[in-house]
Amino acid sequence: MQVEVRVKLKEQVLDPQGEAIRRVLAGLGYAEVGQVRVGKLMLLDVGGDDPGAVRARVEAACREVLANPVIEEFEVRLP
Amino acid sequence: MNRPGTGDRGPGTGNSGRGPETPAGGRKRVAVVIFPGSNCDRDALAAVEAAGGEAVPVWHQSADLAGCGAVVLPGGFSYGDYLRAGAMAAHSPVMAAVRRHAAGGGAVLGICNGFQMLLEIGLLPGAMLMNRTLRFICRDVHLRVERDDLPLLKHLRRGHVLRLPIAHKEGNWFAAPDVVRQVEAAGAVALRYCNERGEIGGEANPNGAINAVAGLVNREGNVLGMMPHPERRISALLGGSDGAALIRALVEAA
Repeated sequence: MQVEVRVKLKEQVLDPQGEAIRRVLAGLGYAEVGQVRVGKLMLLDVGGDDPGAVRARVEAACREVLANPVIEEFEVRLP
Repeated sequence: MNRPGTGDRGPGTGNSGRGPETPAGGRKRVAVVIFPGSNCDRDALAAVEAAGGEAVPVWHQSADLAGCGAVVLPGGFSYGDYLRAGAMAAHSPVMAAVRRHAAGGGAVLGICNGFQMLLEIGLLPGAMLMNRTLRFICRDVHLRVERDDLPLLKHLRRGHVLRLPIAHKEGNWFAAPDVVRQVEAAGAVALRYCNERGEIGGEANPNGAINAVAGLVNREGNVLGMMPHPERRISALLGGSDGAALIRALVEAA
């Protein structure tokens, strides 16, 4: 099944990339856009039929390598 | 720790070409780990040799450090900086050997991408964010020496200002506030970005790093990570020799 992993900077971590995008948007007239946060979206094709087991494996992979817990948090979405 | 009685030859004098010797009379061996995408490995190898050590290239798939007494994790773009800078290299087979070496008190120097790896494997605290300017910054910076009581820093003098090049896009050191407090309380900051007079703050901080952190040591003092490149400044011919004292100390610690 295709599993979606979303990794984003923690709320308390400054995101200079997001801030740069916000400024560009404001310059283009999108003044209503407040904070912008940039994250990563990873699509993993994972073998196995048991959603619980697949989720546990992918979350383990997130903790081990896909996200850095010092600055990032992750979210795993199953189909 | 005690300072050796040999005194400091100081920056600018380079090295005499005669390095520290092991009891057997051979040169001290320093491993330089090469990852796919490393690009400062040859500079590091040359710097170790210039400091009188025997530089030993070690491929990242290696399970050991070839019997070396110290190890350099060099700069570069291991694995293309995919995912996060240093994140993939942190899981290379050789890193288990680096961990064992560090746990046993062995000297480890992580430069630039190597520093990022040390953060990723948790040997040093915090993480690197993208530079405040979002730009890759490649220029000389000034650094204030904060520690000189450890083997890897023994040829430096606390409060002195070094001039070394940086070349990175992710050097904006970050940690949670409680971790920052612990780092400062433990004296883990070895080097801070400063201006030429040694003053911290403002434009002297090139990347936005918290508390102008440019280099960190672990609690035991045997693991040093730094964003600036000492291996690029070992001779006046290369624009200065402020990095030579660090490399010399590393060889002596091997």
